Amino acid sequence: MKHFLALAASAIALAATPAAAQDFVIVNATVAIGDGSEPIRDGVVIVEGGKVAYAGAPDGRTIDTDQVIDANDAWVTPGLFAAVTTLGLSDVGAVSESNDISAGGAPFSAALDVAPIVNPTSQHILVSRAGGITRAATTTMPSGSIFGGHGAIIDLDGDANPIMKSRAFQMVALGERGASLSGGSRASAFVLFRNALKEAQGLRGSTGTPQISEIAKDDDLFLGRFDAEALIPVLNGTQKLYVAVDRAADIRAALALKGEFPRLDMVLVGAGEGWLVADAIAAAGVPVIADALDDLPETFEVLAATQSNIGRMMRAGVKVAISASSGTNPRNMPQAAGNLVALGKIPGAAGLSWGQAFAAISSIPAAINGYDGTAGVLKPGALGDVVMWDGDPLEVRSVPTKVFIGGVEQSLENHQSRLRQRYLDLDESDLPKAYDW
Amino acid sequence: MNGAALATLAGAMALAACATTGSASASAASGDDDEAPRFAAKTEAEGPFPSTYRPYPGRPTALVGATIYDGAGGMIEGGTVLFRDGKVVAVGGSDLSTDGYDVIDGTGKFVTPGIIDIHSHLGDYPTPSVDAHSDGNEATSPTTPEVWAEHSVWPQDPGFTRALANGGITSLQILPGSANLMGGRSVTLKNVPARTVQGMKFPGAPYGFKMACGENPKRVYGNRGRMPSTRMGNFAVNRQTWLDAIDYANNDKADRDLAKETLVGVLKGEILVHNHCYRADEMALVMDMAKEMGYRVTAFHHAVEAYKIGDLLRENDVCSAIWADWYGFKMESYDGILENAAFLQREGACVVIHSDSENDIQRLNQEAAKAQAAGRRVGIDISDATVISWITLNAAKAMGIDSMTGSLEPGKMADVVLWNGNPLSVYSRPERVWIDGALMFNAMDRSRRPVTDFELGQPGEGDVK
Repeated sequence: MKHFLALAASAIALAATPAAAQDFVIVNATVAIGDGSEPIRDGVVIVEGGKVAYAGAPDGRTIDTDQVIDANDAWVTPGLFAAVTTLGLSDVGAVSESNDISAGGAPFSAALDVAPIVNPTSQHILVSRAGGITRAATTTMPSGSIFGGHGAIIDLDGDANPIMKSRAFQMVALGERGASLSGGSRASAFVLFRNALKEAQGLRGSTGTPQISEIAKDDDLFLGRFDAEALIPVLNGTQKLYVAVDRAADIRAALALKGEFPRLDMVLVGAGEGWLVADAIAAAGVPVIADALDDLPETFEVLAATQSNIGRMMRAGVKVAISASSGTNPRNMPQAAGNLVALGKIPGAAGLSWGQAFAAISSIPAAINGYDGTAGVLKPGALGDVVMWDGDPLEVRSVPTKVFIGGVEQSLENHQSRLRQRYLDLDESDLPKAYDW
Repeated sequence: MNGAALATLAGAMALAACATTGSASASAASGDDDEAPRFAAKTEAEGPFPSTYRPYPGRPTALVGATIYDGAGGMIEGGTVLFRDGKVVAVGGSDLSTDGYDVIDGTGKFVTPGIIDIHSHLGDYPTPSVDAHSDGNEATSPTTPEVWAEHSVWPQDPGFTRALANGGITSLQILPGSANLMGGRSVTLKNVPARTVQGMKFPGAPYGFKMACGENPKRVYGNRGRMPSTRMGNFAVNRQTWLDAIDYANNDKADRDLAKETLVGVLKGEILVHNHCYRADEMALVMDMAKEMGYRVTAFHHAVEAYKIGDLLRENDVCSAIWADWYGFKMESYDGILENAAFLQREGACVVIHSDSENDIQRLNQEAAKAQAAGRRVGIDISDATVISWITLNAAKAMGIDSMTGSLEPGKMADVVLWNGNPLSVYSRPERVWIDGALMFNAMDRSRRPVTDFELGQPGEGDVK
C-alpha cells in the first residue's frame, strides 16, 4: 500500500488530456542527431512549436523558455522509427479475436487498409513508446494473397489520430511466402503480381466500380476487382511498394520488375541474402529494410544469412534500415543495432559505426518511408520527437527516461509499468494486491 | 541437487562399462535356467543410447589479466584462470603461477564459465525450419512420457554452431515441445559438433522430463474434440496419469512400459521435471499436484508470472527459467514484465534466463543484462557476477549438472568463454570458447569455426555468421 500516493498521481496524469506542444530546451546532453554522425558531447536540443529548432553543440544562441531540462550528460536522441511493424493491429497475437494482422479468409488483399483499424492505445504501442519508438510503419501481412494491403505511417502519441499517412505503402510477398499464398510456386507469385499490375494498368484513369473479373482458383480468390484498383497508386509510383524477398535470385527478379513497371517505388523487405547482390541493389537505388541478426538458414531462401548482411549492403552503398520485425518486439531495435556495432571487433564481419547503427533505426527508416529530414532526426524543422535515455541507447541496459512526440511529453505508463509497481513487494498483510493500484 | 547429480554420474560410469558387454539378446545365452527369458532388451537402468562424447585435446591454458565472473557469484579483476586436461585447475589473482601453461592475455576482456541454455529445441526443431525437420512435439496424445528428445536431435543443425560462436553456449538442454501435458524426456548436450547425438550427450547428466500446463495442451487436444480442452482437463489427465504410474511403480510384475518408466524415474527423483507454465496461479496448482503425487518440480519454464509468487517458489525450492522481456504474444503471457527476474531474486528465488529460441540462445548474456537493468531501475541492485550465474551455475543446478560445470572452480569441466568485453554489454562477443579445455571456437581464427554438413557447398559456407 505504500505506493498508493504515487500511483494515484500517475493515474491522474494518465487521464489528463494530452497537452499542447511546449517549447523546451535540453542542455548538457550527449546528443545523437540520428543522421549517421557520431554523438555530440555537451550538446543542446531546442524544440519550438512542436518542431526541432536546433540540435548540436552550443552555438551561443538563446531561447526564451521556462522549460530547461538539464540532461546531466544523459543521451538525447530523436525518436526511433520502427519500420515494418504490426503495431496497433493486435492485443495478443495468439488471441485471434484481438488480432487483425492477417485476414486469410477475407475476399480482399491489396485493398485491405489499416488506417481505420489502428488502435492508438494498444499496449504494444504504449510499450513501444516507452522503448523510445515515436513513429512506425504498420501493416497487415500478406495472408489471403501475395498482397498485404495498404500500410500506414503512425505516430505513437496515443491520441485519437494515430495515422500520419494512410495508404503509405503496399506490401507484396514474392519469395517462399508469396509462393505458398499464390498456389505453391514462385512462378505463380510472379504471374499473379504482373497480372495484378496489368489489371491496375487497365483500370488507370477509369472511375467507378472496376470492371475486370477476378483472379481465382477453386475457392481461393487471389485478386478481386477492388484489389486491382488498390494497386493503381503502386503502378503510378505514388505509393511505395514493399517487396518481401530474401533469396538473392528473388531479389534480382524483383529488381528486374522495375524494367517492366518503371514507376514502381520499390523497397526491399527482408533481403536476407541481400549482401550477395548488394551491388545490384545499390545500382537500382532501391532501399532495404532488413532483419539485423538473422544468421541461420531458417529457410532455403536465406542459406547465406549472416549478421554482416546489413553492414555489407551499406558498404556497397545501399540505404538500409533495421527491420523492427526482427526480434521479439519492436522495442528491441536498439539491441539489434548495438549488435551490429559489436561486429566491428570480429575479423571478416561487417560492423556498423555507432552513428550508422543508430541511423538505421531512426533517420533511415524514416527516409525510406518518405520522411527524409523530418522524422528520426534532430534537424531544424524535423518533428519534435525527442528521447532522453538513462544510458547509451544502443545498450541493452538502457531505456528512455523521457519521450516527447511532436514536442509533447508522453506518459511512459502502461500495463507493464503498473504491474511492476504493484509487485514491488508481495505484501498482502492488509489487503489483497487487487487494492494496490 | 549435488548429491543427486553425483549419484547419476556414478550410474553413468557403471553404464559405460555395461555398454561394452554386447547386444540386446546377450542374456539369452545363459541357457539352462528355465525362468530366464529368451529375449530381453536392456533395462532402463542399463542406460541405452549412452554418451560417446569424449573431450577433444586441449593445451594447458592460463587466461590472465581479465575480469573473471566465476559463475557462482564471484568476481576477480585482473584474475587468472588455469585449466589443463579438460579441468579447471585454479582461479585466482595475478599471483597464480602460470608456469607450464600457454598464457593468453585477457587484459580488457572478461572470462565466464560456458553459457548454459536450459531450454532449447536445437536439433529437434533445426533450421531450415521445414516440415520435414519438425521433430519437437509428438502431438498425437496429451501425454507422451515415452518419447525422448534425443531421438529427434539432428546433430547437423547449424543452430548449434551459432549458439557456440555468438552465445558462448557450451551446454544446453533439448526439450520436447509443449503441445503435450507430458512431452517426454529431455537430453542435455555438450555443444560440440558430432556425427551422432550420442557424441554430444553430456556424460552423467540426469534426464529431464518436460511437462506443460496452460494453453498449449488444452488448445492442441481441445481442437481435436478430445480431453483436455480446459485447464481442469489438463489437471485431470495429469493426475490420472500419475496415479497409474504410481500403481505401476508398486507392481513388480508389470510389463515394461516406456512411458511409465519415465514417470517412475521422476517419482524416484532421478529425472528432473521441467514444467512449461506461465501463470502464477497455475504454477501454484502444479506444485500442489507434485506434492499430491510425490514428485517435485525442478523448474518452471517460461514462468512469465513467476514474479507474482516469488515467495512460494522460494519456499518450494523451484527455479524459474524465464525470458528477459517476452510478453503479450499469448493470453498467458499478457502479464509479462521486465522486472520478473529481479523480483524473483529479491525474494531469494532461483532465477535462470532461458532462450527457447535458435536466435536468442545466441544472446543469453544480453537477455540477462536487460533483466538486471530492469531491477536496477526499481532499486533492486543485482551484481554483474550474480547475473552471470543466471545463465551459468543456476542453469546447471536446475539441470543437475552443477557438480560438473556451470562455474569456474577447480576440478570442474573447463567450459570457458573469453569475451572481448563485458558480457553484459551489447558490444561484446565471445572471442574464444573452450569445452572441456578444448578450444572449439576462436573468433580470430577462421579454422576454429565449425561448419555443419548441411552448409557445405551452400551460399555463405564458413562465413562469420
